[in-house]
Amino acid sequence: MPRLIIFGLTVLTLILGTAAQANSVVNIYSARNEALIKPLLDKFTEKTGIQTHLVTAGAGPLLERLRREGRNSPADLFITVDAGRLHEAKEAGVLQPVESATLDAAVPAPYRDPQGLWFGLSLRARPIMYARGRVQSDELSTYEALADPRWRGRICIRSSSNIYNQSLVASIVAADGETATLDWLKGFVKNFARKPAGGDRDQLRAAAAGECDIAIANTYYLARMHTAEPGSPDHQAAKALEVFWPNQNGRGAHVNVSGAGVTTAAPNRDNAIRLLEFLVTDEAQAWYAEVNNEYPVKPGVPWSETVREMGRFKADELNLSALGSNNSLAVKLMDEAGWQ
Amino acid sequence: MSNRSALTDQIHPRALSVVLVATLVSLPVIVVLSFVFHPAGEVWRHLAHTVLPLYVRNSVVLMLGVAVGTLGLGVTTAWLTTMCTFPGRRAFEWVLLLPLAIPAYIIAYTYTGMLDFAGPVQTFLRESFTWSRDDYWFPEIRSLGGAIVMFSLVLYPYVYLLARSAFLEQSPYAIDVSRTLGCSTWSSFFRVSLPAARPAIIAGLSLALMETLADFGTVQYFGVPTFTTGIFRTWFGLGDSGAAAQLAVVLLTFVFILLAAERWSRKRASFYHVGNRSRPLGIYQLTSGKAWLAFSVCTVTVAFGFLVPAVQLSVWALKTAAEMVDASFFKLLANTLGLAAATAFIAVLLALYLAYGRRAHGTVPVRIAVRLAGMGYAVPGIVIALGVMLPFAWLDNAVDGWLRSHFNVSSGLLLSGTLVALMLAYQVRFLALSLQTVESGLAKITPVIDEAGRSLGCKASELARRVHVPMLRGSLLTAALLVFVDVMKELPATLVLRPFDFNTLAVRAYELATDERLEDASTAALSIVAAGLVPVIVLSLSIARSRYRETLEIRYAPLPNPVGQQG
Repeated sequence: MPRLIIFGLTVLTLILGTAAQANSVVNIYSARNEALIKPLLDKFTEKTGIQTHLVTAGAGPLLERLRREGRNSPADLFITVDAGRLHEAKEAGVLQPVESATLDAAVPAPYRDPQGLWFGLSLRARPIMYARGRVQSDELSTYEALADPRWRGRICIRSSSNIYNQSLVASIVAADGETATLDWLKGFVKNFARKPAGGDRDQLRAAAAGECDIAIANTYYLARMHTAEPGSPDHQAAKALEVFWPNQNGRGAHVNVSGAGVTTAAPNRDNAIRLLEFLVTDEAQAWYAEVNNEYPVKPGVPWSETVREMGRFKADELNLSALGSNNSLAVKLMDEAGWQ
Repeated sequence: MSNRSALTDQIHPRALSVVLVATLVSLPVIVVLSFVFHPAGEVWRHLAHTVLPLYVRNSVVLMLGVAVGTLGLGVTTAWLTTMCTFPGRRAFEWVLLLPLAIPAYIIAYTYTGMLDFAGPVQTFLRESFTWSRDDYWFPEIRSLGGAIVMFSLVLYPYVYLLARSAFLEQSPYAIDVSRTLGCSTWSSFFRVSLPAARPAIIAGLSLALMETLADFGTVQYFGVPTFTTGIFRTWFGLGDSGAAAQLAVVLLTFVFILLAAERWSRKRASFYHVGNRSRPLGIYQLTSGKAWLAFSVCTVTVAFGFLVPAVQLSVWALKTAAEMVDASFFKLLANTLGLAAATAFIAVLLALYLAYGRRAHGTVPVRIAVRLAGMGYAVPGIVIALGVMLPFAWLDNAVDGWLRSHFNVSSGLLLSGTLVALMLAYQVRFLALSLQTVESGLAKITPVIDEAGRSLGCKASELARRVHVPMLRGSLLTAALLVFVDVMKELPATLVLRPFDFNTLAVRAYELATDERLEDASTAALSIVAAGLVPVIVLSLSIARSRYRETLEIRYAPLPNPVGQQG
């Protein structure tokens, strides 16, 4: 009987083993959703013949899956939409360093891990957006100034459970320190026009409709409203809004990346690196820009026209690892300030 | 049972196997709960100091609100469609179940699209009356109150379903008797029908409330911090699994209170109705005014719970379906239906096994184990997913390690990241549904019936085949369909546990909706609703027929002399 079991297990192992070793695949755990990554993966397969396999879910749960699967995890590449999560993955020990001249040349230093554990693939900016007519651009200056009582009841922003807001606050912690950030948060939260709810676009719609005068959102949400069908409510809303780039005389506007790292267990390490390198080619970078209106991480790749119209800006050059190391502190401060 | 000693009963192999199976199903929840022992002092203090009171308040208010809402809608409509005659009653019997097919997060998305400040309704009001923000008051849809309304609209069918079958089982004579004893319509409802249906109503209510507690998508979208969003945030935002598990424990105490209340209510009142029901229901012939009122109550319930969101989704889907429906879409559909059907089938088998085990060997360990196995229904899907992931990954890695050290081969992960893991998670999450339904079906088979069967010479297997199967058929179908619909709607566990390249309709709808592309999400959302409609309609047809059929079957089944109430 035990022999039979061992025999069965061995056969099973061989079958499963060969299936997993099948040449030319790369397995991806992605927090970037399917619609925003699959087209690029298909292009990659077309070019290289390497098959891609994809699971998408929240970064937190996926990271937990990676950790639990340990050295046998089938995943080769972990993709997130936030640098903080990449940093967390690094701290959890599930990423391995990659040395690639192509990647180092394409991705500017603030947007990749100093040891090469992760690389930014596209940039997102989170500036202030205001309702034209109800706010003058000279009334605005910095994120910090939004705590001023003149904005009482005039600001829309989504929940503090959202990773983009957590990263924004983490960047403020890095710039101003813990105590100043808490003070700022208390004033800022008092200025909310309503209890935070909905996504970024909902904040923009609310600002356009007059529920508030200022919204904070990632630029690609506004860009997508601009590219909506002319005459549709979203398109009209977008036209009522204007982008303001804060902190231009200081550290610059808050930016974040979507990015990826090769996993420690990666059974197809070389393919994963090839995929990463593909994702920073001009072709792939232009796709991020054109299809999702993100900023290409690679300098010199043109922005989409909609995004160009929002203006050039100075970006905060903080190494994005800081977003990860400050994340849980940021969440605690937001809790304390009563940002739901 | 009295002639057997408690000891032999406890170590009965069947009892043991029931305990084992039940424990396997509760294992994921237990695994997560064991995290409680991780040190989490500092974060826990932070939570208690800042957000915990809010979580408690919101969760409690949400439960109370949903209880009032689902009871109000569910019991009223069940009573009207069973006991009264009014125009459209036959159609309403099944139409009232339709909202069950709509996931709570999807109804939340659609109503928000219509009713929030920037939506068409308020925009129309502002433009018609040239109002600005401070000129008028409009209820905020994304609020605790809004969440209560959303949950009530889609979860009342649980109460309706169980209340209705309880009303159907009541002997019309009991009501006749109460009327001849001088009860008015109202007092015979409150003093006879309602108390007799109470166990079923509370069972339905506890399902609705457990689903409410476990919900993540709706409360997250509405910005209402509850235990479930708190667990998520503590785990992934504060990065503290210990504190998250402690929150889960607090959540589970709510569930235990619910379950205890449900048990208690059943114990207090186990009614066994015996007697033939020889005339159709619809005792109260409603005339003009009252008939219209009954008609309107049912219409409004269905309109808000089903029609309005379904129409809104259809309007969006018409715009985007051409782009969204391609070859991969049919694969989504096939994946979703296959997964839901397989899971439902297994859930019914498991429920039968456990329920019969408990019935035959109702010792304390068996009862506790079975009770725990139904606990997962109130546990957020993500918590269950992690609870499944942990032991599977451990097992896989242990097998792999052993093979590596003894044979120098690697097995990789055998179970993690497969459909097996996902389907176990569904069992953990939804077994309560099939278990409750099967148990309440089994409760109808009174001990007297078994004894009568045996005394007439039936062996156990014969008893099961000739008496139990026909009497349980309705409950089994209900159990399977409830699980089927819920699996189709499930999200968090599906997302993170699924194998590579395996998508479902719920995953597709969710990904598009969280990317704030509601219109694109509508095709997948509508397909969930449509696919959910099929079982819901089957369910309602079977309910409509069951009364008639049961009457026939009971006549042929070996029956004892009519006895009044027992227990």
